[in-house]
Amino acid sequence: MCLGIPGEIVEILPGRTDLARVEVAGVRRAINIGLLGEGAVRPGDWVLVHVGFAMSKIDEAEAAATLALLDGLGQAYADELEALSGSDIT
Amino acid sequence: MRFVDEYRDADKARALAARIASLCEPGRRYKFMEVCGGHTHTIYRHGLEDYLPESVTLVHGPGCPVCVIPMGRVDDAIAIARQPDVIMTSFGDMMRVPGGRGSFLDAKAAGADIRMVYSPLDALALARRNPDRRVVFLAVGFETTAPSTAMTVLRAAREGVANFSVFCNHVTIIPAIKAILDSPDLRLDGFIGPGHVSTVIGCRPYEFIARDHGKPLVCAGFEPLDVLQAVAMLLRQLAEGRAEVENQYARVVPWEGNPRALRAIGEVMELRPHFEWRGLGFISQSALRIRDAYAAHDAERIFEVPGVRVADPKACQCGEVLKGVLKPWECKVFGTACTPETPIGTCMVSSEGACAAYYNFGRFTRRRVEEVTPA
Repeated sequence: MCLGIPGEIVEILPGRTDLARVEVAGVRRAINIGLLGEGAVRPGDWVLVHVGFAMSKIDEAEAAATLALLDGLGQAYADELEALSGSDIT
Repeated sequence: MRFVDEYRDADKARALAARIASLCEPGRRYKFMEVCGGHTHTIYRHGLEDYLPESVTLVHGPGCPVCVIPMGRVDDAIAIARQPDVIMTSFGDMMRVPGGRGSFLDAKAAGADIRMVYSPLDALALARRNPDRRVVFLAVGFETTAPSTAMTVLRAAREGVANFSVFCNHVTIIPAIKAILDSPDLRLDGFIGPGHVSTVIGCRPYEFIARDHGKPLVCAGFEPLDVLQAVAMLLRQLAEGRAEVENQYARVVPWEGNPRALRAIGEVMELRPHFEWRGLGFISQSALRIRDAYAAHDAERIFEVPGVRVADPKACQCGEVLKGVLKPWECKVFGTACTPETPIGTCMVSSEGACAAYYNFGRFTRRRVEEVTPA
């Protein structure tokens, strides 16, 4: 729950300015971008995702470093990704 | 992986270790608390204590939201889950946390409808799909997760999802740090500030620690080099006679935090007069509850909540571990009666709990080292 997982914005969902489709570790899921402010992110941007919400915008280097750190966590990260893949917030 | 190397480089770690050693005043001992469980995890996983001189001790703080939930609140959540038509939802981390009469997993096995969700928004979606059921989300976490709960309540209210409510257990980090600063048990020289909490609250709320208590705080990232650099920054402040709030994690943490997230929390939640923390006892104004305006989504007003206080098991020393008074391996039941498979205390349940982190990375030799060289 405490893990912030980097995700790359794939698209802002049509007609839903608060939702974006992001790719997180190969999984595409909708996440809420309402905490970042209108127009703050575009496709190709990276965000740190906490429990379905983008909490902050990060750069690609930070995203890569965080993903490597998460990979090293083992089960905790696997559990979080499994939970994420079952998530449907649209 | 060129990006990653920047934060992992062994040469850089050694260079930082040398710098840390050179900043230490001979004969002086330093105790820094890392507030956040994520940092505890990094410290044990990467054996960062091996990079520090013997005079520098890292003390683990209360920053694991799963670990600080008192047993009585778990029992309350189970009591709600057992009421008619209820679907209780929770993050996976909470499933094995023991209450006074078992965990969520036990209650589920006994027939309660308890489901794991990734996001509070998943719980809201479940409520929409099951209009004849009452869906409750067990909200836990510091300021990192509170905005998500708040945004979900706002959405439930806007959409009129009347069968969705929140059992709110959100806690706030600043009062916990205050309680530790006021505790006579522990003398600290500085703090490694939490990374993700600070993306929401920013760095300003920590200023009292420097101003009123004369202790430096450095907000830090979660990479091994981040933590070492934060230690070096703390030592440099002490060497120069400064006590300030510094931001090592500026690449993620804005000084002012996330104003939208803070607004969402403020709109939906207010401070409770007091809240019980595991190990720290009752701390005034240290937790959040749902405001009157959103009472329709507040599980504590919708359901009968027993609110019974349950004392921690006698053998369990999570309290001392959470306050940083004891190291995990100094607890009487660590690794024997209390393991991640059969946890007695919360610190062994969550992967960010100090005990679980220490247990999983198998640094059992430490006990012998400590016995010959007491701190």
